[in-house]
Amino acid sequence: MSEADLAHKIQVASFRRQTRQATSRQNQLVPENTVAGNALTVVIAIMSFLACLTLGAVTLVRDASRDWQLDIQREVTIQVKPEDGVDLDREAAKAAAIARQTPGVAGVEVLDAKDDAKLLEPWLGTGFDLSNLPIPRLIAVRLVDPKAANLGSLGDMLTAEVKGAVLDDHRAWASRLQSMANATVLAGLAILSLVFVATILSVVFATRGAMASNSVVVSVLHICGAEDGFIAREFQRHFLLLGLRGGLIGAATAGVLFAILGFLLVPTLSGTDEDQVSALFGHFAVGPIGYFGALGIAFLIAVMTALTSRLTVYQHLADGD
Amino acid sequence: MIRFENVGLRYGVGPEILRDLSFDIAPKSFQFLTGPSGAGKTSLIRLFFLALKPTRGLISIFGREVSGLAKSEMPALRRRIGVVFQDFRLLDHLTTFENVALPLRVLGREESAYRADVIDLLRWVGLGDRMHAFPPILSGGEKQRAAIARALITRPEVLLADEPTGNVDPPLAARLMRLFVELNKLGTSVIIATHDIALMNQFNARRLVLEEGRLTIYE
Repeated sequence: MSEADLAHKIQVASFRRQTRQATSRQNQLVPENTVAGNALTVVIAIMSFLACLTLGAVTLVRDASRDWQLDIQREVTIQVKPEDGVDLDREAAKAAAIARQTPGVAGVEVLDAKDDAKLLEPWLGTGFDLSNLPIPRLIAVRLVDPKAANLGSLGDMLTAEVKGAVLDDHRAWASRLQSMANATVLAGLAILSLVFVATILSVVFATRGAMASNSVVVSVLHICGAEDGFIAREFQRHFLLLGLRGGLIGAATAGVLFAILGFLLVPTLSGTDEDQVSALFGHFAVGPIGYFGALGIAFLIAVMTALTSRLTVYQHLADGD
Repeated sequence: MIRFENVGLRYGVGPEILRDLSFDIAPKSFQFLTGPSGAGKTSLIRLFFLALKPTRGLISIFGREVSGLAKSEMPALRRRIGVVFQDFRLLDHLTTFENVALPLRVLGREESAYRADVIDLLRWVGLGDRMHAFPPILSGGEKQRAAIARALITRPEVLLADEPTGNVDPPLAARLMRLFVELNKLGTSVIIATHDIALMNQFNARRLVLEEGRLTIYE
């Protein structure tokens, strides 16, 4: 086969391929799959991924905080501190009896020395003899309805009738946890805002780059009598598709990561570690809000990308006059 | 149709490129625009399709005075003028069909409404079998005809063609010129910018000769 035949065959094959492409759908006026376009898709995917991770972390902390609040409000603790000449077990039993008679109480559990040892295990280790330490006896009181229980009256009765008894309704602890959770949520929202601002700026630069590299397209459209609105719509459609693709890639990657973490992380922990992690974060499970929020972020980024590009195109066309 | 009165043009603070141009382009007229390189032909063509505004004088296009035109009014006027560029200005990522149909797409027409018209025009200019090809694989002459077809698809009232026969062999140049003459007979005013004196000698048409920014008209 001569070089001319080969060149002819290549040209015919290229023509057939292009003919198939051309007849399948109308080509966009702004060229697709350019190096700059693909790079922007990757940037948007990374931004979307970071935004979704932030949202996931925020929902995780917010859910955990809500669980802490509920758990803490449904349980109060009576501490009976050891005093000289006082039978700790008898005082604890007396406190438990008073608690059981209080309206709104669902159950009372007096923690024995074994339970105390388990609670102190993270700090003191296993096999430690606690009998020589002045450890207070703890009584967990579960409430049916935290609002219906008269904790003030219970506290007064315990102080009056049980030596060394103190009622702890965990308010200070709950307040501190709530503040920490709120701060984390606010930090997350600030990071989300920064990611959105960075995305908008990336799109502004990318649109200006696209306008410069497509100056022939813009010039030909002008010559053909296109209005600025038409040109802006074409660029907006191009960037909407690009933003949607990047946003969905980022959101899907984040969603897969959430699922993998939720599936793999918790079973690897055991015993005390699992208790602590569960107490702090629940089960590393990002709820439906996290997943639907990630999807929402993908669409939000796509819309932001489209609107930003539209405004940038108008600005560019106005500057060119 | 198009009227220039004492028009002057300069870029920035440089010397005047065009000086005291006064002439009319009448409806259904045919004329050549010629002159040596650097005489200002391209600048004059840019004034015709509103890519530039004059620094002095008056230009009236289809009864509208150009200096008083708002930006939003220009697209409607540009649609009445077809332009064929020397470098074609076809979009490489669009097929020949899509390039030719571009002015109709800009008007917001559906492809189904203009498909037959575009195919007819492509056949008329001899590109019926190349309508799905992309510009990079077209020859110079095919690109030229595609550019002409794009300029004609909306049946403009004025056709501006910058060196339309510059990239084609003499037989094809003659064929393209017959095409312009036929178009002129159908009612379009034609302005052809060219250096080719032999080509101009084949037609008994008005000549606008630009030299050092000044215009001489040979009726």
